[in-house]
Amino acid sequence: MPDTSLKTAAVPQPAKGHAGTAHAHDSAERHVSGSAVYIDDIREVAGTLHIAPVLSTRAHARILSVDLSGAEAVPGFVTALTPADVPGVNNFGAVKLDDPIIAEDLIEFWGQVVLAVAGETLEAARAAARAVKITYEDLEPILSIERAIELDATVAPPLTMKSGDAAAAMATAKHRLSGTFNVGGQDHFYLEGHIAYAVPQEEGDMLVYSSTQHPTEVQHLVSRSLAIPDHAVTVEVRRMGGGFGGKETQPAQIAAIAALIARKTGRPAKLRLDRDEDMIATGKRHDFLIKYEVGFDDSGRIEALAMDLHARAGYSSDLTNAVVDRAMFHAGSCYYLSNARITGHRNKTHTVSNTAFRGFGGPQGYLAGEEVVDEIARYLGKEPLEVRKVNFYDREGERTRTHYGQPVEDFILHELVPALAEQAEYDKRRAEVRAFNEKSPVLKKGLYLTPVQFGISFTATHFNQAGALVHVYSDGSVMLNHGGTEMGQGLYLKVAQVVAREFGIDVARVKITATNTSKVPNTSATAASSGSDLNGMAAQDAARQIKERLVAFAAGKYGCAPEEVRFADNMVEAGAEKISFAALARAAYMARTQLSAAGFYATPKIHWSRETASGHPFYYFTYGAAVAEVIVDTLTGEYRLLRADLLHDVGRSLNPAIDIGQIEGAFVQGTGWLTSEELWWDKAGRLRTHAPSTYKIPTVRDIARDFRVTLYENENVEPTIHRSKAVGEPPFLLANAVFFALKDAVGAAIGYKGSPKLDAPATPEQVLMAIEALRQATGQ
Amino acid sequence: MTTSIRFLLGEEPMEISSADPTMTVLQWLRGPGGRCGTKEGCAEGDCGACTVVLGEPGQEDGTVAYRAVNACIQFVPTLDGKQLLTVEDLRAPSGALHPAQQAMVDKHGSQCGFCTPGFVMSLFEMYEKADAAPENPAIEDQLTGNLCRCTGYRPIMDAARAMYALPRETRFAAAQGRVASALKELKRTTGLDYTAGGRQFVAPVTLEEMDGALAAHPGATLLGGGTDVGLWVTKQHRDLKTLVYTGACAPLHAITTHSDGSLSIGGGASLARAAEVLGAYHPSLAILMRRFASSQIRNAGTLGGNVANGSPIGDSMPALLALGATVTLRSARGSRTLPLAAFYHDYMKNDRAPDEYVAAIDVPPLGGRVFATYKLSKRFDQDISAVCAAFALTLEEGVVKEARLAFGGMAGIPKRAAGAEAALKGRVFDADALKAALAALAEDFSPLSDMRASAAYRALAAANLLRRFQLEASGSVPAAELEVYDYA
Repeated sequence: MPDTSLKTAAVPQPAKGHAGTAHAHDSAERHVSGSAVYIDDIREVAGTLHIAPVLSTRAHARILSVDLSGAEAVPGFVTALTPADVPGVNNFGAVKLDDPIIAEDLIEFWGQVVLAVAGETLEAARAAARAVKITYEDLEPILSIERAIELDATVAPPLTMKSGDAAAAMATAKHRLSGTFNVGGQDHFYLEGHIAYAVPQEEGDMLVYSSTQHPTEVQHLVSRSLAIPDHAVTVEVRRMGGGFGGKETQPAQIAAIAALIARKTGRPAKLRLDRDEDMIATGKRHDFLIKYEVGFDDSGRIEALAMDLHARAGYSSDLTNAVVDRAMFHAGSCYYLSNARITGHRNKTHTVSNTAFRGFGGPQGYLAGEEVVDEIARYLGKEPLEVRKVNFYDREGERTRTHYGQPVEDFILHELVPALAEQAEYDKRRAEVRAFNEKSPVLKKGLYLTPVQFGISFTATHFNQAGALVHVYSDGSVMLNHGGTEMGQGLYLKVAQVVAREFGIDVARVKITATNTSKVPNTSATAASSGSDLNGMAAQDAARQIKERLVAFAAGKYGCAPEEVRFADNMVEAGAEKISFAALARAAYMARTQLSAAGFYATPKIHWSRETASGHPFYYFTYGAAVAEVIVDTLTGEYRLLRADLLHDVGRSLNPAIDIGQIEGAFVQGTGWLTSEELWWDKAGRLRTHAPSTYKIPTVRDIARDFRVTLYENENVEPTIHRSKAVGEPPFLLANAVFFALKDAVGAAIGYKGSPKLDAPATPEQVLMAIEALRQATGQ
Repeated sequence: MTTSIRFLLGEEPMEISSADPTMTVLQWLRGPGGRCGTKEGCAEGDCGACTVVLGEPGQEDGTVAYRAVNACIQFVPTLDGKQLLTVEDLRAPSGALHPAQQAMVDKHGSQCGFCTPGFVMSLFEMYEKADAAPENPAIEDQLTGNLCRCTGYRPIMDAARAMYALPRETRFAAAQGRVASALKELKRTTGLDYTAGGRQFVAPVTLEEMDGALAAHPGATLLGGGTDVGLWVTKQHRDLKTLVYTGACAPLHAITTHSDGSLSIGGGASLARAAEVLGAYHPSLAILMRRFASSQIRNAGTLGGNVANGSPIGDSMPALLALGATVTLRSARGSRTLPLAAFYHDYMKNDRAPDEYVAAIDVPPLGGRVFATYKLSKRFDQDISAVCAAFALTLEEGVVKEARLAFGGMAGIPKRAAGAEAALKGRVFDADALKAALAALAEDFSPLSDMRASAAYRALAAANLLRRFQLEASGSVPAAELEVYDYA
């Protein structure tokens, strides 16, 4: 091919969609057209079986007998999966083997999978599942955290983090307060429920499509249950219809059941939980019972904090250890604790095993820390924001070390909080709210500012690694694959933007491909907000390896120095030459240059020891703050969020549109957690809020009437991908402002007399009952 | 006579003769229909991921009236004679996105995308009904039946407004004449009688056919909008052998506002249409009807169904009881009218004989009565009441001549508070009378604790709603200072 053709291949155009630009979600057009393929939309292979689980109807019992005769009589019944059908390990516990795939003989929560039934159609499978008869011998269940505390029932030992000498400082503190605070759980309510589709391959291999945030774990646990090597199982997921942590450990059970049925029958098999099954049988956010004592001075500065965090683990450990650890890390919110004793308890109950959920225990611990500071401010009669400020970490000096030993090196709340207070007119509006409440007899307003500081990294250090695979084809188009998964958060796009920026090409030239364990192995869950930090760096590494080879090739070919080769606007400049990226790729291929690379990244600097309860678990922190204004009907407890002002730090944003979407979505999801989302079990231990008819996530009406979201101008002090910061979880904590605004309004109902006691979620009932308790206490 | 189900999928004529009559439209779409764009999120009409739009002949000749419904709880035979539009129908042949789609892309209205087709169809319905962006509360009214867990809704609200700023898409408006003619071809003069898989679906088109169908199949399941019966199948897995559908019987859908202000609402009239006259009847009913389920449910569900179902937590009954509404039951044996209060016997038991159906609900004129109805729920919209209350007072020179205080959520049936009513009778409705009524109210009910509310909250909230009514009725606090729902 003559060289001249290389020079005329393209007219330079500014490349579109690089990292740092507000590009639309890569699947947006497919989302709105209904052509984005989710696992249940994959065209089924002929002969596909459908699976329905049989769920226990006891919270705690022994299985005496299972009678399949009714199921077998259902037309279309094919088989039932029992523990005897599991050739490998009948357990999907990733950390500890305490999560049976199919119950052996002991039932430990209402909704546990007793067996799974496969049918020719979904209707047949479900009818057969309903026809299975099980007899039980009832055992006494533990259904509340209080009961578990009484019995000292736990799934793991407690852990304590300490700074200074909490007991001594408590004894000498001028003021002391103690309290108990309940924080509710939360269902993920991803719109797409759990699903897996297993397609048997030759030689006993298994291809599993799984709606999972953690394909590698699904691969490993499926292979373990099938007793085959990891290399014989391939797990793929193009996208999930939401995850939020609910698809980190939970999909392994679903996938294993599908794979076990596929193995048993030699036919493809699909298990899709319906909404009720999904909500009954899979884990949720941990609810907590928190007890604290705090000692403080006249300014409200905390001198000692002793806190016991009791989490409802449910029946098994799952990720509870790590979740409670994170609750403990964040129990001081963004406040320096000179003398602290923070103990986390993992209480066992006979309810579904709770799991990861956006924030991973952080929100629960953080809310408790904010409750403590709010109570201090009320006790002292001080403006709560002032009490917060005196407790902030310092930028340098002694008051920079957390109660787990990590120095805080990037604290920006001294600047961010005043910036928000100013743009939200906090002082003026606090005064206006009080003036309004003076003359409004029934409706009362509340207004509050809460700050956010959230540590970024998996606290299990080994998860902080990632791999990526980048190919440049000879036409200059690029294929990208990495271990991160797409659940709507825009990770695929952000990583593609990183790669596009490296090559100076349009993001549309980068093909985003489904996460697949056969392309990039040994990946971590897409969790802990780490997706773009880890995979962005790994993909950049891969792209840079290819780029280095292209530079060397171009420098050689066009006789210039490597520094004179530049990639921009879909073109490559090499000294005086300027050719299209596509032409360079073609030429490099012809010259036998390797145009494929595997990238890798491991987060530096971090370490954490559970033995000493100290270390440097977080690479960095992200920050934010929110002001919320609510109006409460003091006759009914109903309320409305009138205005929310959010200011949030994402470092140097990889994609402002995606990041704002994450912040708003997290705030609304957090608001749901703290307001209308209530999990309610009956006396038999049966979850009665297992569908949207009874479990109420926010609707479009529930968002702030006036909703203002701003990104804080900042860049990461650490050399993360383009100095960006993680965004998935931290803004969830911005919703704390709504909770405390409601508490503020409850206090206003009785003219700010007495101390309101409000637990989360602050449903209209909780709000009214808190007002009523104040009315009773103050005699009004 | 067994016939097949005929409808338009987009503009393509479809004929179905073997689908089970209780197969849902969603199951059909995702299975035999080969259209997977429409999603299942809950299979109970609460999340809106399955939202599709139905087209039917409009008021004026040559027009098509659209309504968005939940495909997950609509049975396939209810499609007969209608046009079914799904997310796959929206792109122009050129591939261009419909403004409802384009605005969602432009405003970053999708994240995981699973709820998005449902939102797009709700937006599409709104777009085709209005030339300009409605006010925010009206957009919210349209979208409260669509749940999104990712975005926080702000970008979707932006898209709902922004789609009107894009070049107007006229393709669907232009096709209405053609679609209306095609639908005319499908119109039946005698009702559909469809049997498949051992189940029968009868859809009479006249009252006489309806009488006959129920006489022939007494005890058949009466299907109105399917917003409850659909769940009997998708959630309770009941085996419904015979269904008699009120949706095709036009005379049952009539709504009349009489010159004296009284209302006659046909038993098959949708909640959405009933809301129009009820909202005009009294402003607190307008709010109640906006909070009644969601737009999709109101588009499908019927007032007659809500009344006949008689759930203790149904939203319409307290108001109807307080206002002294009557219910007319009809069968081949004739018709009879009884006060609504007499219709309810016990929990989910009522006076309807197996061959009868609710022909109409009549609401007497408001006259000079002081009235209000209030709903309380964990979430404002698309939620089931914890407590619902309605109060109507007939005053003579300031003295209560008759008090009708009705509650939902406080007993096994929607019920009046006899003691509290008696306590108010003959008194000026002042603070003292309120005190007496509250004392009596505490004796009138022994509410239950469940996942929606505790007994203590129900009792306190019910009392406080009466307090609120007193504040409002006495004028001591303006109504606007008592209402947070529309607080701006």
